[in-house]
Order: sequence, then structure tokens, then C-alpha cells
Amino acid sequence: MADSSPVRAPVVEADGISKRFGVTVALKDARISVAPGESHALVGRNGAGKSTLVSLLTGLQSPDTGTLRFGGEPAPALGDTRAWRSRVACVYQRSTIIPALTVAENLFLDRQSNGPLRPISWKRLRHRATELLAEYGVDVDPDARAEDLTVEQRQFVEIARALSFGARFIILDEPTAKLDARGIDRLFGKLRALQEQGVAFLFISHHLQEVYELCGTVTVYRDARHIVTAPVAELDRRALVEAMTGESSRRAEPGRPVSGTSRPDGPALLDVAGLGLSGSYQDVSLTAHAGEVVGLAGAAASGNVRLGETLAGLRRPDSGTITVAGRAVRTGQVPAALAAGIGFVPEDRHIQGLVPQRSVAENATLTVTGQLGPYGLVLPSRTRAFAERMIDDLDIKTPGPAAPVTALSGGNQQKVVIARALATAPHVLVAIRPTNGVDVKSKESLLGTVRRVADKGRTAVIVSDELDDLRVCDRVVAMFHGRVVAEFAHGWSDEELVAAMEGMAVPTEKPTEKEHHVPHP
Amino acid sequence: MSPTLELREPPTATVPESAGRRFELARFRDLSLVPVLLVLGVIGFIVSPAFLTSDNLLGVGQQATELSLLVLAQALILIIGRMDLSLESTIGLAPVVAVWLVLPDYGARFTGLGLFPEWTSVPLCLLVGAIIGAINGFLILKLRLNGFIVTLGGLTLLRGLQIAISEGQSIVNVPASFSYLGRASWFGVPAAVWICAVLFLLGGSALAWLRHGRALYAIGGNAEAARAAGIRVDRIVWTVLILGSLLAAFAGILYTGHYGSISADQGSGWIFQVFAATVIGGVSLNGGRGTLFGALTGVLTLQLVVNVMTLAGVPPLWNQFLNGAIIIVALIISRFASGEKQE
Repeated sequence: MADSSPVRAPVVEADGISKRFGVTVALKDARISVAPGESHALVGRNGAGKSTLVSLLTGLQSPDTGTLRFGGEPAPALGDTRAWRSRVACVYQRSTIIPALTVAENLFLDRQSNGPLRPISWKRLRHRATELLAEYGVDVDPDARAEDLTVEQRQFVEIARALSFGARFIILDEPTAKLDARGIDRLFGKLRALQEQGVAFLFISHHLQEVYELCGTVTVYRDARHIVTAPVAELDRRALVEAMTGESSRRAEPGRPVSGTSRPDGPALLDVAGLGLSGSYQDVSLTAHAGEVVGLAGAAASGNVRLGETLAGLRRPDSGTITVAGRAVRTGQVPAALAAGIGFVPEDRHIQGLVPQRSVAENATLTVTGQLGPYGLVLPSRTRAFAERMIDDLDIKTPGPAAPVTALSGGNQQKVVIARALATAPHVLVAIRPTNGVDVKSKESLLGTVRRVADKGRTAVIVSDELDDLRVCDRVVAMFHGRVVAEFAHGWSDEELVAAMEGMAVPTEKPTEKEHHVPHP
Repeated sequence: MSPTLELREPPTATVPESAGRRFELARFRDLSLVPVLLVLGVIGFIVSPAFLTSDNLLGVGQQATELSLLVLAQALILIIGRMDLSLESTIGLAPVVAVWLVLPDYGARFTGLGLFPEWTSVPLCLLVGAIIGAINGFLILKLRLNGFIVTLGGLTLLRGLQIAISEGQSIVNVPASFSYLGRASWFGVPAAVWICAVLFLLGGSALAWLRHGRALYAIGGNAEAARAAGIRVDRIVWTVLILGSLLAAFAGILYTGHYGSISADQGSGWIFQVFAATVIGGVSLNGGRGTLFGALTGVLTLQLVVNVMTLAGVPPLWNQFLNGAIIIVALIISRFASGEKQE
């Protein structure tokens, strides 16, 4: 598939590229080279420098050092949008389609006619759009409004638009994140067809399975550096995951030392049976015992976050039941979930977690305002007392309960969110990416807090794709494309878990190498 | 499903046909007030024989011109995803400043500065409008202030400036050239109606057939995507803000000619009607949706309701109540006619 014509210069060649933002080194002496007609994958964990590379390759930013060449010629000047577009096309993670306009207009936005004063001929525009869509085999009505299209169709329209500027090289940044399995199949069919037409692409994905399915060559970045470039066929998945996660030495580490690692056999506090939400996950069953921390691992489209939100009552499942401490919970209602004893730490504290203008005390007591005074009153003194207790318990570094929550560091803000989840004294704490965007020190203390919840005889569920979060868990359940694919006891290795999250573990296959593995009911 | 096989398949013959049908449907969204206008016509015809006379309808037309120019301006600004509340003060201030600059500093009750010859009053008025729009644009786009509050402040500030300059009185001794357009009649129809019609036609055509017109929809729909497509977002928004204030100043010229004087509260309180007319005409407050034709039907609906009520002998004291009621009823109608949530 790859390098069909090694004579021609690579469509893109970057060498010795470095880029820093302030003190953060985003890329260090990185390189990449894509031959004409090649399907090249770029993989790496979060923070590996993939996004920075995309912004450099598409002319949004310029590298601090290094050379960038397209088809053997130096890169155009920064800001010469037209020149950049004729060399490299890009489909970004975020949609750049304007919903209220038709497909035809979206395809030719800002070039509907030849000159600013030339009236647009809608007939001609439609004709051009039909031709363009046909050229790339996209079966979409050019007169349909973009908002009426499916996610998949929008993506095809974006690909067609990106290529219509004449580039023979396209970057696809996580194109499968929002697609279901069949959509992904069709996207891949389309990409293979484009490749036959001589288009080269750089495919960025978290799903290694897709890399093996689609790409000829793979480049791995880790910690802002280039690690390896090799034909996919020569790099088996173990080697690939090792390249992504670093040395295999980590395997020897038992993970974070935690208290209470012995398998808890307390009563089942959380029992999920046959839970399903169409488009997100299907038929998930899960039991968590008192004193246990359960990890729910999975990459972006795996459905693990949706599952966590369903437990908290933010989403109503289509099927299945949730039982907490032996009592069924009415699904799809946050108050019902709270009353049943489910505390929730949402995914994004800025959007779903905190009320930024209000004080630490108000934010921490948002779920328990009913307990702060009689007859619906919220007494400032009780709020204060409650908040002070929380600040002590969780060791929140704040000038005082009255300080605005935005004055706190990210880690302490996150503690306020956890304080609120714990304020109701829940049986089950559901935390989605609890250490999202906090520094290393806070990470430990946050995870310690979650651990202590379990040690006190309750149970906690950590929904995350961060290995550090999952390391405190007694047990990790891995999800891929909406299904539970594997389960690991404490002491799993990074490779096995990452492989499972990337969809490379066979559902029935139990990890073999560890003696820790205990069959679970 | 094997997309590879479809690769070079020619577009199927059904595409243009279904496209045509879709297009019609999309058009209908902006026509949701047309049946309302027809019903109002029928009611007017039943209520009073005077309704369907050219005198009455031209009267309504002339009444509607000044408001409709503000609606035209506001519709453009809303489509691009912004708001301008200060339009209702610009319609009063721009003529006052223009007249103040040209009127002689002796003689009449209102004395000006006499700095420019009288014929410059119309260009000066338009210039004042453009400057107001440019300042709004500077505050909103360069200093990144909140557009709603900036223009709310502008509304109060400009009205205050008008009162200070005109000493709170109406100005009756306006130059003839200034009042000509609002007073004249061409081919038996008020010049203002012709001008309005032409401006709506020009605006509508620009929005439909010019790249920069389409850019308004793109910016209002998703400014980031518009920027990514190479549209100079800030420059176009600024232009539209200037154009909006320019139109408001021009509406001030028509208003002054129509009533023969610049009244101290010219345009005061209109902004609510302007918003109401624009929104019931199908322009989204969130930007990116709506047409000028829709906005025009919005103004005409509001004006016709008042006219029909007057002819039916409903006391004018009820006008305000009816205006409010018609806004809400029209909103409900357009909500269900277009099938879109308005939020």
C-alpha cells in the first residue's frame, strides 16, 4: 500500500522541529515524513505533541527550529492561507461546517463566486458542488442543509472541501472519535479509495486497531519526541504500545501502593445490570463492593464517560437497571441518583462542576442546601461550618470558605468538586477523570481522597483513560466502542490495559501473565 | 456497503429534483408571516371599506418606512450574530447634529453653528451615522467589550447628546434639501417607500448573491469556521455595524422630512418594535439565520395590525397592548410554521 513511488519527494517532510509554549516543550527535535499516496499513522498518548505537530503542518503556527518542506519545496509563509491549503488539507477534530447553510455553500465558503462583486450563480455553485462530491464519491445532496446531515456525512463533506483546494495530502485528526462502527467502516472505505487516487494521508487516532486496519506506516511520538517510524507490518501491537507508553520497565512496578489492596468482599453497593444507551454503550453489567475502587477505562468514544453520567442520572438509559445498596434507582434523574446515594464528580469541572463566581463554601454545599437550615433556608453559619469541615477533611488549600472558587489552583478546585460529591455522604462515588488538568501533587492527594472513600466502607468508580487514575483501582473494567471488553485485577501492566482500551484485546481473552488475576463473578 | 465501488459513479438523476423540493421548503421558513399578512388584509377589508384604498395603504407604507429601515439594519446585524440597541438613538441624533452644523447661528429659535453650507446636511447626517457605527465597532471588536451593553450605553448616551444639542426641543427650521426625501412623492407613491423598497431589494440581493453577503450567514452561524474559511470576520462585522448606523441615520432623514421637524424623542422606544419585527420575521437572535424579506414582513405585520385596529375603531389607548400581543402571537406562529425552536 505504502510508498508506491519512492522516487517523488515526500508530500511533507519535517525535520528537527521544536516548539515550546512558555516553559512547556510541546515538540522537541521531532520529525515526520509522508510519501505520496502513503497512509501514515501518528500515534501517541495525550501530551505527546500530536496536536502541536498538526498546527505546525497546517500553517497555524510556525516551529521554533527545524525545517518543513512540502513536495521538496520550503513551506509557504505563515498567513498565506491559500498556499498552505493547496499543499496540505486538514480535517480538524472540531467541525468547521456551518449548520444553517447548504452543503454546496459550505463546500465553497468564501469562494462561491470569482470576485467579491461577482454575483453568485447558485446553479453553477450547485453544479460545482455536485461535481466535487462526485469526484470524491460522497453521496450527499448538495442542497441539503448541513445541519440535516449525519456526523459521518458532515465529515465526508469536510474531507471533500479540504481536498478541493488542490492538496494531495490530508491530515485527519481523530476522525473516528464521533463515528459508530459502521460509520468508521465507510470512512475507511472512502479513505482507501482516496489513496488509490494518489492522496496521501496522516491519520491521527487513539485507536490502534484502526491504525493496523488502515495504515501502511506508523510514527510514534512520546513526551514531545519522535520515538519510532516503521511499517505497520513490522511493528506488532506489543512493540507499538511499548513505544507509546515508554519502557516496559513499568510492568515491574506494582503500581501505586494503596491501602486495602486485599480483595474486599463486602456487600455489593452498586449493581448495574444490562445497562444500555443507544449510540453510546450496550449491555453493561457491573458490580462494585463496599471498600472497593473500580476503574472504568476506555478511550474517547468507548462510552465509559456516558456510562458514568448515566449512573449520576444525567442520562436516561434505554435499558437495564442500577441498584445502589439493594435499592433500585430511578434512572435519568439527578435528584433520584443523589437520594439513592450516588455522588458524582463530573468530567469537566469548568462546565459541569463549579459555579465560578461563587465562593468555595457555596460550591461545596450545592448538593446539600436542604440540610443547611429549616424550611428551605440556607443559613450562612451552617454553610460555613459545613464547608470548613470539608476543607479540613479534604485538605483544600484556600484562604477561607468565602474565597471565590476561581482563586484556587486547579487541584484544589477539583477537591471542591469532590467535596460536593461527598457532601451527601454517598454510598457510591462516581468520578469522571478526577485528575483532569491538575498537577502531579494534587493528583496523588485527589486519588488518595477517592481511595479513602472506599476504605471507609463505601465504594468508588473512577471513569478515566489516564493510567495514573486507574492505578489506584482494585479492579479495572475496560470498555471499547460501547462494550466491556476486558477486566483486570490490581497489578495490570500498562500494555495490557492500553491494548484493551485501544480495542485490541479479544473479549474472551484473559490477560495471562500475572499471578494476581482472579476470576471475577 | 462498499464505498469504493461508488467512487466515480455519476450523480444520480434524482438529485436535482429532490434538491429543488428541499429548496422550496427552506424558502418557506421565511414566508411564515405571509399568510398572516393576507389574513390581516381580509380582516381589514371586512372591517372597513377604507382599508383597501391606495390612500390608506400608501399611508401605512410611509408610516412603515422609517421603522423598516431600522429593521433592515438590525436584521443585518442580527444575522451576523451581533446586536445594536443604539440604532433608535442614532435615528434622532444624526439629523440633529447635521442640522446643528449647517444652520446659521442667528435668527431662528434653534441656532446652529453655520459651519457648512446647507446642501451638506444630508451627507453630514449620513457621516454622523457612519461614525457612530465605527465607534460601536471599535468598542466591540477592538476593545472586546460586550456588544449588548456597549450599544445599550450608546442608546442612552446618544439620546442625551441629542437632547443637549437640541436643548430638548423640536427643530422645525430644517433645510429644504434635508426634508425633501421624506416629503416628496414620485409617481404617486411617497419617495420614502420607493427608497425603502430599493434598499431592501439591494440588501436582499447582496445577502443572496454576493460572497460578502453570504459571509454574514457564515459568521453568524459559526464565526470560527468562517475565519477558518478565510473570511475576514472582524472587518465584515465592523462594516455591517457601520452600515447599520448609516441606515439608521438615513431613516432619521426620512422621518424628519415626513413630519417636517426633528422631534426631541424621534425614535425613542422603537428598539423594542425593531427587535420584535425582526424576530417575528424569522431572523434568529443567535445569528446565522433569516432573510431581509422575512424581516420586512415582520414590520408590515406590526404596522397593519395597528392600522386595522384603528380602522375598526379600537381606541388608540389599546395600541400598546395590541402591539405586545401581536408580537407574542406572531412568535408562536413563526415558531410552528418554521418548526424550529427559537430559544
